Amino acid sequence: MADMALAGNVRLEGLNRRGLARDATYERLLALGFTLPCLLVVAIAVAIPCGWLFYLSIFGADGSLSFENYQRIIDGASYARIFMTTFQVSLLTVLACVVIGVPFAAFISGLEQRKAVWFLAAILLPFWTSLLVRAYSWLVLLQRGGIVNSTLMSLGIIDEPLQLAFNHFATILGMTHIMLPIFILPVLGAMRAIDRNIIRASASLGATRSFTFRTVFLPLASPGIAAGAILVFVMSLGFYVTPAILGGGNVTVISMRIARSLSNFSNWGAASALGVLMLVFTGTVFLLGYALQRFIARKAI
Amino acid sequence: MLDGFAESKTLERLKWAAALLLVLFLAAPSFIVIPMSFSSSDFLEFPPPGLSLRWYAYFWDSITWTQAARASLIAGVLTTLISVPIGTLAAYGTLQLSGKMRVMVATLIVLPAVIPAILIAIGMFFMLARFGLVGTMSGLVVAHVALAIPVVFVVMSAAFSQFDFSQERAARSLGAGRVQTWRAVVIPQVSGPMVASALLAFVTSLDEVVVAMFITSGENATLPKVMFTALRDKIDPTIASVSTVLLMIATSAVVVVIRKASHRG
Repeated sequence: MADMALAGNVRLEGLNRRGLARDATYERLLALGFTLPCLLVVAIAVAIPCGWLFYLSIFGADGSLSFENYQRIIDGASYARIFMTTFQVSLLTVLACVVIGVPFAAFISGLEQRKAVWFLAAILLPFWTSLLVRAYSWLVLLQRGGIVNSTLMSLGIIDEPLQLAFNHFATILGMTHIMLPIFILPVLGAMRAIDRNIIRASASLGATRSFTFRTVFLPLASPGIAAGAILVFVMSLGFYVTPAILGGGNVTVISMRIARSLSNFSNWGAASALGVLMLVFTGTVFLLGYALQRFIARKAI
Repeated sequence: MLDGFAESKTLERLKWAAALLLVLFLAAPSFIVIPMSFSSSDFLEFPPPGLSLRWYAYFWDSITWTQAARASLIAGVLTTLISVPIGTLAAYGTLQLSGKMRVMVATLIVLPAVIPAILIAIGMFFMLARFGLVGTMSGLVVAHVALAIPVVFVVMSAAFSQFDFSQERAARSLGAGRVQTWRAVVIPQVSGPMVASALLAFVTSLDEVVVAMFITSGENATLPKVMFTALRDKIDPTIASVSTVLLMIATSAVVVVIRKASHRG
């Protein structure tokens, strides 16, 4: 901090200059030094393992340098389907989050602080509840003899229990439940930052309520909505636990395929190659999304 | 949200109904496990046919479950003890860096939160296998610290961005050393967020499934790993009782954080 105070407005001159410059450099190096332990852990737990994956992926079964692992993924139709499933499930989760989350966030952003806090607490509580516990709860609710089915049957809406668990529907429901808080928080932040006077101006100029919502409120909130959607999409691509439990074997996403190559077939090369492709896939989606979000943000201003 | 407009009472009521329904959707599934954990049935039924504590007793008597609880507790405490100090220090250091450098360091530090957990899991597995460390507590703690660091970093960065650093300069110019300044001026003012980040770091470790699934085994298998395996094999209400305990821990963490936050604000 000392360097900012000194280097700011004061012109440094004379004998002291070199000493102060040395102090400033020292402070900066020290600040960098403070971040080193964290960077070291990230290197050990993320960078080196990911590099290791890349290294393992370029060796064939006989130990020689080859691209056979990648070749097999590109050739195999099952892999293409798994990538498609992952993409589809993630996209539908994002859509569900947008459809449910945007009106909900708009509603909360209009409440007074005292009431909004309770809604925030309700949003944050599941956010901090174990993924496993939530997947398990959905299983109980959706199973054949579960509450949802028995309620629908006692109301006479259906005669036979519906197959609600162990399919795409259950997976997307479970993932939406997990991602919704993560989506709502940035959206709410963006909506709260909107200047209320702009809305009032629109009202005073005779615009209708829905016209103002569509042409003033939503465009101003759109950078936050885009940021939330991208975050949800990228995180959804990496899901493992929820599709594994609620999909019940009928939904196979990339993470599950990687786990299976490793635990069932002990095929390190195949698992690594799939991992590298997943990393590239996720990274590309993230960069594209980031560019889109910047574009939307620039248009919103 | 659009406060310049008149609104019909019916529409207003409809909106509240929809919002409360959504809150139910968000919160209820987490709480459904509580009644199920007191079930006397051998199977998952709701509502439970009778009440009993047998599944808690079963949990308590089972070596697998108690060992898993012990492993989870050790991993959680170690993760918290390591990630909070280094994450706080990194948040503090990052704020002092200039433009580009700051963005780069911050991006690297939050990386573990964005990378799919399965990649960290298998990458760590390969690396640990190379050194014969698969199944050890130290391997798990390193991975959990990496996953907890982004959480601590984000919370503490927010806390430090509200902090008036001229206080630190004042203390230093009056002759206090760096360590003394930290202890007497900086830490007391960010103690609330530090408690919050410690709880979040603990819960992060306590809930983590995917990495634990690959790199722990035997006596170091954590609760989520044992739960996940149990969910795949057979479903009995023991899982509900474990869920209830985990839920209680997470809920008390949230309550502490909210009270801490409202206490300050």
